[in-house]
Amino acid sequence: MNTQGKVFKYPDNVDTDVIIPARYLNTSDAQELSKHCMEDIDSEYVKKVSKGDVMVAGWNFGCGSSREHAPLVIKTCGTGCVIAKSFARIFYRNAINIGLPILECETAAEEINAGDEVSVDFDTGIISDLTTGKTYKAEPFPEFIQNIIKAGGLLKSLKK
Amino acid sequence: MGMTMTQKILAAHAGLESVKAGQLISAKLDLVLGNDITTPVAVNEFNKAGFDCVFDKDRIAIVLDHFVPNKDIKAAEQSKQCREFACAHCVSHFYDVGKMGIEHALLPEQGVVTAGDCIIGADSHTCTYGAVGAFSTGVGSTDMAAGMATGTAWFKVPAAIRFELKNSLPKCCSGKDVILTIIGMIGVDGALYKSMEFTGDGVKSLSMDDRLCICNMAIEAGAKNGIFPVDDVTRAYLSGRTEREPVEFKADPDAEYEKVVEIDLSKIVPTVSCPHLPENTKPASELSDIKIDQVVIGSCTNGRIEDMEASYKILNGKKVADGVRCIIIPATMAIYKECIERGYITAFIDAGAVVSTPTCGPCLGGYMGILAEGERCIATTNRNFVGRMGHVKSEVYLASPATAASSALTGYITAPKED
Repeated sequence: MNTQGKVFKYPDNVDTDVIIPARYLNTSDAQELSKHCMEDIDSEYVKKVSKGDVMVAGWNFGCGSSREHAPLVIKTCGTGCVIAKSFARIFYRNAINIGLPILECETAAEEINAGDEVSVDFDTGIISDLTTGKTYKAEPFPEFIQNIIKAGGLLKSLKK
Repeated sequence: MGMTMTQKILAAHAGLESVKAGQLISAKLDLVLGNDITTPVAVNEFNKAGFDCVFDKDRIAIVLDHFVPNKDIKAAEQSKQCREFACAHCVSHFYDVGKMGIEHALLPEQGVVTAGDCIIGADSHTCTYGAVGAFSTGVGSTDMAAGMATGTAWFKVPAAIRFELKNSLPKCCSGKDVILTIIGMIGVDGALYKSMEFTGDGVKSLSMDDRLCICNMAIEAGAKNGIFPVDDVTRAYLSGRTEREPVEFKADPDAEYEKVVEIDLSKIVPTVSCPHLPENTKPASELSDIKIDQVVIGSCTNGRIEDMEASYKILNGKKVADGVRCIIIPATMAIYKECIERGYITAFIDAGAVVSTPTCGPCLGGYMGILAEGERCIATTNRNFVGRMGHVKSEVYLASPATAASSALTGYITAPKED
């Protein structure tokens, strides 16, 4: 499994309220919600993102609410992966449970620039910045979590 | 090596003699919770995965609280979906309009959570129940669906930070000032993935409402859970209230903590979190030039009876400043009724405030007090992120009920009087 695309870069503490504002949470329709992905921090994101693009952010990405709508809209609007220095714990859990690939890698998150072309190999955790020629290695997930991802999410893993 | 209080509860629910930080476990759940925003997503996942029944109809709580009484047609559809699921599966703890309250005020009040429990909830403030000595943590809707189907959840056993509380609070301060001070000290990811365990001689001076407020905002420091030891205050609160027998767990004397932070409660001052992160704290006294347009007193953080009482003491016989909209939201129907019986609601209305039935409403920018561009609100809620209460260019300042009520009278951020 891998993704390749251009980078959108965000700061520390990107919260779930800017990822998907609660004023839209009167529906659980992922397609409709995804029109508002990142709206309060980057109103251009939805217009500019192409399938496979990569979000790169600082510490504590996804802090705040437990709304699963947050990783869901990021995934639904085509984002291939989120790389951050760290993730808030509920977002981390939710991303795994719904099958949005996420990677923790401090150096990559620090050095990769907005607009760079990046490819990510989820099996090895290797992140390649094709624009700068640098490569990074993210921490692999524990085996237990890898099994959830391989099954295609938590509920599918339970059904096995 | 000894275990923390959280680790002991997790070990017991995983059927293990002991656990250690970092270990992945599967634990039995005493309660699985969801609200009108997160339950519809969970129900869709539950049905899509082909589960026919819930693991235990008495161990699931569904509370309609975010957008009820329904704010619009779409919200009404979501409530309807929750209602139909609750009915189809005979969910015994289903709280609809008339019975509902803000989930994290309601479930402790109704005795649905108790000491020693292991609880997940599809709401980030589920960490509130640590106040009664439970392990309780927020998760997403898929975890809720899995929990409803299997009665279990996976956890990575958390390490812990111990907060050693000393002495007692000045009269003008409450639990909110304690937790805002702590978040200001350690930051919004200062306890990421960890437990916040509150201990020390100062614990006994904190009321249950103070403890519920403190644990409620553990998530705002990134924590997995916040937890208080079970003492006489807890026992008095739980006695005659809870459905299940409380089970008391105690940290081992040699439990391992990543760090110990000492908090002298007598040195706490009225504290405010400035936009746009809960860690941007300042003493309220340094913010007296900040003019406000709105005051919100309520939420799962501060909509309890002591919060109403603190507001009443300040607002009674006074007038909300011209140009300030003061919105007061008791968190449950029982608190609402108690406010009526004690005369608080008449006093609030006479002061120029409005009083709503229980709802999360404005806290998350849903309805019942949305801010326009450039407006400022001082609120007893829990988050002040960009756009949290409305327009992306509006601002939220987080404070205690006493500070919020004092500010309502002056129109500027105002620390409550010291006596």
